[in-house]
Amino acid sequence: MVDTQSRQPAVRIAAGDAPAELKPSVLKAEVRNLDFWYGSVQALRQINMRIEQARVTALIGPSGCGKSTFLRCFNRMHDLQDNSVYAGEILFQPDNVNILDRSVDPIEVRMRIGMVFQKPNPFPKSIFENVAYGLRVRGQNNRFELADRIEMALREASLWNEVKDRLQDMAFNLSGGQQQRLCIARALATEPELLLFDEPTSALDPNATANIEDLIHRLKDKVSILIVTHNMQQAARVSDYTAFMYLGELVEFGATRALFTNPAMKQTEDYITGRYG
Amino acid sequence: MLDTSAIHQLVRRNRQRDAVFAIIGLACMMIGILTLAVLLAGLIDDGARRLNWSFFENFPSRRAARAGILSAIVGSSLVMLITALTAIPLGVGAGIYLEEYARRNWFTALVEINVTNLAGVPSIIYGLLALGLFVYALDFGQSILSAGLTLALMILPVIIVSTREAIRAIPAAIREAGYALGASRWQLVRDHILPYSAGGILTGIIIGLARAIGETAPIITIGALTFIAFLPDAPFTAEFPFISFEWIKSPFTVMPIQMFNWLSRPQAAFQENAAAAGLVLVVMTLVMNGLAIWLRIRFRKRIKW
Repeated sequence: MVDTQSRQPAVRIAAGDAPAELKPSVLKAEVRNLDFWYGSVQALRQINMRIEQARVTALIGPSGCGKSTFLRCFNRMHDLQDNSVYAGEILFQPDNVNILDRSVDPIEVRMRIGMVFQKPNPFPKSIFENVAYGLRVRGQNNRFELADRIEMALREASLWNEVKDRLQDMAFNLSGGQQQRLCIARALATEPELLLFDEPTSALDPNATANIEDLIHRLKDKVSILIVTHNMQQAARVSDYTAFMYLGELVEFGATRALFTNPAMKQTEDYITGRYG
Repeated sequence: MLDTSAIHQLVRRNRQRDAVFAIIGLACMMIGILTLAVLLAGLIDDGARRLNWSFFENFPSRRAARAGILSAIVGSSLVMLITALTAIPLGVGAGIYLEEYARRNWFTALVEINVTNLAGVPSIIYGLLALGLFVYALDFGQSILSAGLTLALMILPVIIVSTREAIRAIPAAIREAGYALGASRWQLVRDHILPYSAGGILTGIIIGLARAIGETAPIITIGALTFIAFLPDAPFTAEFPFISFEWIKSPFTVMPIQMFNWLSRPQAAFQENAAAAGLVLVVMTLVMNGLAIWLRIRFRKRIKW
């Protein structure tokens, strides 16, 4: 029985938000029949979904639903564990390569797809060296070139004005929010085509969270974004598309506004109205 | 009505037990420390008079007053050099491989168990192994090379275990950050794992070397001499190619063996020599352990997670 009262959207979406679904968009990645196992435990089941270019796609769902596991398939992070098994495809555009294929080197995938983690994880090095590391890995060691790219990345991550006079300071001397923006700058410096965010604000205070959300909003013109969040309001605020996951399956996927105002599935509705999760 | 006197009594009893344990703990600590202090004081009392410059620059002699530890100190230093040069790269390399490269399977589990067990094998067993392997089978003879390799073998497990522990202390998030940027395993090890674990690894190396420098049994087993009145060939020569490796084949003695030799003589004067040599050995180990502690603090200060 569907309770008509609970059809009220839990989150009010700002009136000024242009509905993304009306704008033409370009496909960046297509997930086809994705299964994933940790050893013998199946964590993801038959996921199909599209990631559009220059859009923010949010993954929501109760903890343990597999949203982080799904995110980590995109940069083959699971390859670091011996017993992980992928099946299905993630076709990455424009070259239509299946990034899960065994013949594709995970390092090559990570060169194109960046990631920002749940807790800020700067290296115990200077601010400069943190942002420079992705470029150094790619063989860029020219000081002037590095300095240019680092300034650009720090500006994009709206951190430049706060750190420009102390680039040689240890990254640990920054506040939590600054550290997370540093990690975003570190990922941006390598000019990724797709940027993965794994609950990037869960360790931050509301002010720093707002900063990061602003940043995500501004970045999407430049890079496609896939973000995991346990915070539905955040998904509503920053994303164009939202996927609701439950027990390793993709329950519903669609334009964020439509999913929050008019969910098609009972489970989605229960979750976004706060009945469980 | 609240029974405050019962609470009062309970707290008082708990406090009394607290005090009893504090006293027991203090006693345990003092017994350990005092024993060490008495031992050290005994050494100083017996040996301090013999500690003068000539004691360091004389060879052993039949007359106790003219005997010195020159050949033992040079021998110990050269043996340590061989030990460090072989045990450090092998131990650190093996530790990195096991932690960062090896897949977790029955083979690595077996290696892991064996490495831990090897750390507990009595040192004389290493001496027996080395006698068969280095001295006879490989024909290195009763040389500095054989002794250095024997001690290297002995401290290898210590270095492997401490390398692995230092690497394990690096949070997974740092590894993931590196890999997510597209780093290869080697880039990650070179740029992150090694620099961040260097403090712990160095500590393990120094503790291993400090153990090796006082080790007697395996060195006796492979046949160190107890009376050496010459030095090995110098490692540097006047002619091309200026570096000589003749010294590694040279017979030798080391500090604990020199001490052991003097201790086994009846004359009181030699006992004094032994105490003085013991004092030098204790100071050498203390300096090494102090260095290890200093390095640990220095690296810990620089790196916060």
